[in-house]
Amino acid sequence: MFSFLLKRIGVVIPTFIGVTLLTFSLIRLIPGDPVELMAGERGVDPVRHAELLAQMGLDKPLLLQYWHYLTGIFQGDLGTSIVTREPVVREFFTLFPATLELSLCAIIIAVAIGLPAGIIAAVKRGKLTDYTVMGLSLTGYSMPIFWWGLLLILLFSVGLGWTPVSGRISAMFWIDEVTGFMVIDAFLSGEEGALVSALSHLILPSIVLATIPLAVIARMTRSSMLEVLREDYVQVARAKGLSMPLVVCIHALRNALIPVITVIGLQIGVLMAGAILTETIFSWPGVGKWMLDSIYRRDYPSVQGGILLIACLVIIVNLTVDILYGVVNPRIRHNR
Amino acid sequence: MQKILTRLLPILLLLLFVGQVQAKTLVYCSEGSPEGFNPIFYTSGTTFDATSKNVFEGLTHFVQGTTKLEPGMAESWEVSADGKVYTFKLRKGIKFHSAKHFQPTRDMNADDVIFTFERQWKKDHPFYAISGGNYEYFNGMSMPDLLNTIEKVDDYTVKFVLNRPEAPMLANLGMDFAVIQSAEYADAMMKAGTPEKVDQWPIGTGPFVFQGYKKDAQIRYTASADYWKGKTPIDKLVFAITPDASVRYAKLKAGECQLMPFPNPADIAAMKADPNINLMQQEGLNVGYLAYNTKVAPFDNVKVRKALNKAMNKQAIIDTVFQGAGKIAKNPIPPTIWSYNEATVDDTFDPVAAKKLLADAGYPDGFEMKLWAMPVQRPYNPNARRMAEVIQADWAKVGVKAEIVSYEWGEYLKRSKDVDRDGAVLLGWTGDNGDPDNFLAVLLGCDGIGGSNRSQWCYKPFEDLIQKAKIVADPAERTRLYEQAQIVFKEQAPWATIAHSVVFKPMSKDVVNYKVDPLGGHIFYGVDLK
Repeated sequence: MFSFLLKRIGVVIPTFIGVTLLTFSLIRLIPGDPVELMAGERGVDPVRHAELLAQMGLDKPLLLQYWHYLTGIFQGDLGTSIVTREPVVREFFTLFPATLELSLCAIIIAVAIGLPAGIIAAVKRGKLTDYTVMGLSLTGYSMPIFWWGLLLILLFSVGLGWTPVSGRISAMFWIDEVTGFMVIDAFLSGEEGALVSALSHLILPSIVLATIPLAVIARMTRSSMLEVLREDYVQVARAKGLSMPLVVCIHALRNALIPVITVIGLQIGVLMAGAILTETIFSWPGVGKWMLDSIYRRDYPSVQGGILLIACLVIIVNLTVDILYGVVNPRIRHNR
Repeated sequence: MQKILTRLLPILLLLLFVGQVQAKTLVYCSEGSPEGFNPIFYTSGTTFDATSKNVFEGLTHFVQGTTKLEPGMAESWEVSADGKVYTFKLRKGIKFHSAKHFQPTRDMNADDVIFTFERQWKKDHPFYAISGGNYEYFNGMSMPDLLNTIEKVDDYTVKFVLNRPEAPMLANLGMDFAVIQSAEYADAMMKAGTPEKVDQWPIGTGPFVFQGYKKDAQIRYTASADYWKGKTPIDKLVFAITPDASVRYAKLKAGECQLMPFPNPADIAAMKADPNINLMQQEGLNVGYLAYNTKVAPFDNVKVRKALNKAMNKQAIIDTVFQGAGKIAKNPIPPTIWSYNEATVDDTFDPVAAKKLLADAGYPDGFEMKLWAMPVQRPYNPNARRMAEVIQADWAKVGVKAEIVSYEWGEYLKRSKDVDRDGAVLLGWTGDNGDPDNFLAVLLGCDGIGGSNRSQWCYKPFEDLIQKAKIVADPAERTRLYEQAQIVFKEQAPWATIAHSVVFKPMSKDVVNYKVDPLGGHIFYGVDLK
């Protein structure tokens, strides 16, 4: 087990260095420098332009800039945003709870609906239920998030008035930040109606963000379940007279879940990518929207720092999934 | 029982009172997050709305809804005969706002005015380097070159001595970088070891008191009870940050906010038809133009420039690109600016006359050129690529083959400044202070060559007029000079003036007394809810 862990962690280190190198070089490959963009049509004279570039440390050779970036990371300093002049780490962790709250809700919805839907489709293979579930999941998978979000807003918020349009809570509430999770903070505030407002604001963005992972989980569960249902031990269990629901829940599901867990782990990256669009549509103050703004403004430290932190998170989640996978499935651990 | 009643009675009375006097809250669906909370560091309207437009004030004000100046924190001023000395008499009894971490002990005075400007001007000032020390607007308006000294004559009199006469000085002092900040607050924060707090928590003298900011989500203000013009009718102001225009509109329709900026042009028709929405509109303080490089052939020939202008169907551009949210521009300044010359005559769309002019200029078969299209959407040009295609098609009819080129926005701005640049560039400008100098000198003056003067045009008769207007204090004389300058501009045609956008402000019918700011800001003083 120890050598398995060591091997997995050994893979993480080059991945991490690769991420730093990629984020550093990619943002610099986009043409246009941040000073020109900040000045806009007003422009900035060449002397001031050079001064500002020097102030941001962008006048130094690229290798030296990368070295400063790397040494900063190891000291826990991801730099200061060139737009807001706030430390990148502080900005990230101010916004991250909002993204995490939304992502958690989305993954709960995706698993709670995707898993049973996949199982039902597998059990009812070739029947109308199967075609309906698979058709819907394909539609969900191909749905452009931006269009889907606006459609839901127009229907449920503007048309029917069932849910709020956007934001994390009604503008009438001012909730003190305790945990950063609006639902918990609204509950802790004790303000009448705050919790209901926070929950109702979560509904539409969670559904939108959950759509693609839900479709993936449903399809994965179905195919994994179909394979397991063909196994001999399942046939034996059925031959012994066990009912189908019992066979599915006790015997088949546990084995079918192994690849599904891996897919759920991989969906964290998908959620982060989806968060950029979902947060923009629903004015959700999370890291996705912040990253997008930072790219537009060529805010190098924010883009580098933000992507690095998100990548670290994805790496950690995947590492945990790998390790858990190893724990539940000894064949992986022993490299068979 | 009597005991319980005695205890309950005040609570019941309070509840009754609260029920009757509910706080009036205006929710404004703003388009983005402010970059920070001290306007001296920034140039974006989003940041100004959240700070200088509602929390702070300058020595001079723009009369709400106009570009005319009125006394602000200075109740009066005198300008010396040589135009170099401005003496301001400050208004007495103006209070700075309070916050948990700072309670002012005195009224606004000359020390605050001196602090405000010296902080941005003098590199040895203790606050100069705090929060990065980038004072882009102060520098951009050439204030360091302009200022000689700022002296405190007494507690309520300040004297600005300039290095040269500058008639737009009063308008400059009404701008966002010139809002007056509290020296006492700065001292207190410096002593507390948190000087940067001054730039994070605004303490101003304006009609709204900052209450807090939740990043990318909400900004809160309460009405200042001590505001010198009197308390504004609403009690609370909330900026609900909503970056997407369609979502802002949905929130307005759902009643989640009462006012929104920057609607999608495609939604305008539906907004006009909506009985619950009041759609206010005004021409924006901007101009979209096409700048020929007058230093390079064939654009060094005025006949060629005139011919291209005549070959362009501006009405088609307004219809297709602006979808009605624009107005044909004939002058280089928008109609909302004083001195706009109504008498100038625009180049009418006449391909036959254009072809003849080209032949006269020695180009009977036309020529090939580059037509630069911006890669971004701007208030003065919602779709530059489409605009370029319309122009390209028009010019093709007179034999001019235009190749459309574009670059990333930062590159576009940089490359289009080049003196030897090929072809004609689509660009525009949004005014800063409502002074014609801010358009004519910045965009067409000889000093702007290789910079903001994209037509690289330096024409002595025009330059003499705008330079004279810069030093003349008499508004009537300045108006005459700028009107004359616009006639010279039309004759020489260094640009094709294309359009001024129309700015739309959709709001709930419950909102009353809102005035559209021609300078592009969103000012909530005086606004009420039915």
